[in-house]
Amino acid sequence: MAEKKSVLLKIKRQPNPNVRPYWEEFELPWHPGMNVISSLMEIAANPVTREGKTTTPITYDSNCLEEVCGSCAMLINGRARMACSALVDKLEQPIRLEPFSKFPVVRDLAVDRSVLFENLKAVKAWVPIDGSYDLGSGPRMTMEEQEAAYPLSRCISCCCCMEACPQFNEDTGFVGAATISQVRLFNTHPTGAALKRERLAALMGDGGIQECGYAQNCVEVCPKDIPLTRSIAEVGGDVMKQAIGDLFRK
Amino acid sequence: MASNPKIIVIGGGLAGLSAVIKIAEMGGHVDLFSIVPVKRSHSVCAQGGINAAKNLKGEGDSTWQHFDDTVYGGDFLANQPPVKAMCDAAPGIIDLLDRMGVPFNRTPEGLLDFRRFGGTLFNRTAFAGATTGQQLLYALDEQVRRYESEGKVRKFEHWEFLSAVLDSNRVCRGICAMDLRSMEVRTFPAEAIIIATGGNGAIFGRSTNSVVCTGSAQSALYQQGCYYANGEFIQVHPTCIPGEDKLRLMSESARGEGGRVWVPKIPGDKRDPLSIPPDERWYFLEEWYPKYGNLVPRDIATRAIHKVVYEHNLGIDGKPMVYLDLTHIDRKILDRKLEGILEIYEKFVGDDPRDTPMKIFPGMHYTMGGLWVDFTQATNVPGIYAAGECEYQYHGANRLGANSLVSCIYGGFVAGPTALNYACNLKAAPGNGYFDIERKRQEENNATLMKSDGTENPFKLWRELGDLMTKNCTVIRYNKNLQETDAELCKLLERFRHINLSDRTLWANTSVVFARQLYNMLQLGRVIAQGAAMRDESRGAHYKPDFPERDDKNWLKTTKATFAPDADEPKFEFEPVDVSLIPPRPRRYDAVK
Ligand SMILES: Cc1cc2nc3c(=O)[nH]c(=O)nc-3n(C[C@H](O)[C@H](O)[C@H](O)COP(=O)(O)OP(=O)(O)OC[C@H]3O[C@@H](n4cnc5c(N)ncnc54)[C@H](O)[C@@H]3O)c2cc1C
Ligand code: SF4
Ligand code: SF4
Ligand code: FES
Repeated sequence: MAEKKSVLLKIKRQPNPNVRPYWEEFELPWHPGMNVISSLMEIAANPVTREGKTTTPITYDSNCLEEVCGSCAMLINGRARMACSALVDKLEQPIRLEPFSKFPVVRDLAVDRSVLFENLKAVKAWVPIDGSYDLGSGPRMTMEEQEAAYPLSRCISCCCCMEACPQFNEDTGFVGAATISQVRLFNTHPTGAALKRERLAALMGDGGIQECGYAQNCVEVCPKDIPLTRSIAEVGGDVMKQAIGDLFRK
Repeated sequence: MASNPKIIVIGGGLAGLSAVIKIAEMGGHVDLFSIVPVKRSHSVCAQGGINAAKNLKGEGDSTWQHFDDTVYGGDFLANQPPVKAMCDAAPGIIDLLDRMGVPFNRTPEGLLDFRRFGGTLFNRTAFAGATTGQQLLYALDEQVRRYESEGKVRKFEHWEFLSAVLDSNRVCRGICAMDLRSMEVRTFPAEAIIIATGGNGAIFGRSTNSVVCTGSAQSALYQQGCYYANGEFIQVHPTCIPGEDKLRLMSESARGEGGRVWVPKIPGDKRDPLSIPPDERWYFLEEWYPKYGNLVPRDIATRAIHKVVYEHNLGIDGKPMVYLDLTHIDRKILDRKLEGILEIYEKFVGDDPRDTPMKIFPGMHYTMGGLWVDFTQATNVPGIYAAGECEYQYHGANRLGANSLVSCIYGGFVAGPTALNYACNLKAAPGNGYFDIERKRQEENNATLMKSDGTENPFKLWRELGDLMTKNCTVIRYNKNLQETDAELCKLLERFRHINLSDRTLWANTSVVFARQLYNMLQLGRVIAQGAAMRDESRGAHYKPDFPERDDKNWLKTTKATFAPDADEPKFEFEPVDVSLIPPRPRRYDAVK
């Protein structure tokens, strides 16, 4: 693809949450190895639109630039994905960049995704240790247990799964796949299981796991290939069991 | 005396979160500030693992061995007592992380597995898949979230620390910070503050570090009176994948499996690498080091590549890169042994390294130097503590692989309790007018930047800074070039005054934030360049061809830079190194790998 001489980007701009968004187009000289973030950096060094109008650098989130911090999620040609690993040569042009549609826009491509961190609080996504002093080694774990936990623990909190989910919206208040999968992770940890009941209880009722329609969009967009539908099925089963048990206990 | 002291922790990487956990556990209250949500801190990038001499492999490893390897690897520049304390604490830290739920790799018996890393003969590195840093950070982040939900920790994410608030006795009374969305500048009182803001890769333009690793906070504090120690010690990793935006690490194991490093003999050769005949390729490592070939030690490989590119003016397509070639190796072997790292190359470069040679170059990787601290993690300014990559204490002249994560956690565990203890005994401040003064000073800085209508774009100035520092202040250092670098930095500082922000809005304005960081990077760049110019010896990562030997007689010393506000430049003093436990011995670069 060496004949490509320039790169065309169409970027949705929104200076602040209170004004209407608009589009701007940029044309950049092509280099080998460009990705969406390096293109945005280039625009910052020379913030001029395709029509030659001077504009402001694009506001966006990024940090690691190697798809492990979860910062740079956005809609690229309509798909929820990480900008740092989105190679320009593999994208159809013009490359359309938009902020996530289901999270409040901060500015341009940066959105507020703190809802996921709040959800993690609500389901107590941690191992309740006694203290940070030296209490000897942790529980023994088989290689198989480690191999099951590790993939779940690689979730980068990017929220792609929530953006892509048809059920994740204001009406349902659905927590989304990432949180459910974290519940599975902590419920299967020998010490983490101490809070299993509370976690499952937090997923009952409105906005809980029942909102999921098993559309599987989440699993398709997850940049870390986390087995989300499997997590939803397992945790869903546990929630059901607990709900029935609670019913009989009443 | 403060009965319910408030500690401010700045930075939510491994070091910051470790400090927060200790303080919250001891009943203190913490305000935690971070540019990025703490779960997105740079610590997530660490892949390899974390060292602790647990001796679970029947090798007779001990914490003393770990201590000796660390001191030796650091070429005897680290003060020894804190290094020993860290190595002694490391096994307990691994146990704690294990209890917190870190999915460390296991042995068949269900115990923690350990692998071998550079600079040691022992299997001492615990690891969680290929993302150990991510897994450790998440475990600490989860514990902090727990304390947050109990009301013991308040998070200020998307806030940037600008400066410390110092009273008339130069005692720290809090911080001045900026909300990166509303751009509001505000002061926050605290009895003590802990700086845990990571490394300063961005001073070198592109590095293996994350975007927010600018060293800006450390520089601001240096300009306020904190000592900055051993700034000239910068670790460069030989094989990184050059990118438009960052340098991504390519593991040494590619060479371990037979990868060959070469460069086209014709400068600017534009041919497809596979069509270049063998006699027009220069396998310079194999030629220069026939015995070790491509597997020479890290620093030698780094220096050789640098020399080929900058002194022989070779590279790939006129760019500073060389080939790391695996194409001669059977695909099945590559898939079996190297799949994980080859995927990184495929994902970010878009080429398959099984079919085409990888393009690599050494990259700035780690900041050994940093804020000067004493053995309790206290800086020289009362009330300011530091932990993690932003301070200088544990790695001397060169850091060993997998030692940083443990030093971050250990440093945080020391800093938290000592800061809290200090805070409990702090006397009342003489008035509080200095909060307003500091806020106004920072607001004026912003206003000046906003008003400035010169012609210099901060992002372009930054690229020039990065090219300059990478060329002269990384692998091979000459006094003439270092002096020129300092002169160039002065010119860049002058040009900074004619900056033009293309964005003057007052909401989530990344230009003004970046411009502020750039100014601090320029100031810290001078500390690095001048410190390197002064140190006329070669030690660890600091290498001067004109002074190729380590010189313990004159230079077994910590470099301490202080900012002289009137002269607007660093002043230097030198402190003897505490070598009370292991007498210095020569560190052989040519012997065992
Ligand atoms: C690619 C790579 C691989 C590595 N692999 C290993 C390994 O295998 N083993 C090992 O031991 N080490 C490794 N390292 C080194 C190690 O990852 C780092 O040294 C370590 O993670 C640093 O942690 P930290 O807590 O000091 O800072 P960081 O994790 O960098 O966190 C800094 C924090 O400070 C905040 N911050 C910065 N400036 C400000 C400011 N002005 N205001 C407010 N907040 C601010 C940031 O938001 C962030 O939360 C690796 C490094 C890299 C680059
Ligand atoms: S399966 Fe469908 S409805 Fe359920 S979380 Fe995933 S995308 Fe949403
Ligand atoms: S589950 Fe996957 S898509 Fe969802 S937040 Fe985690 S990493 Fe992102
Ligand atoms: S910048 Fe970290 S995931 Fe893209």
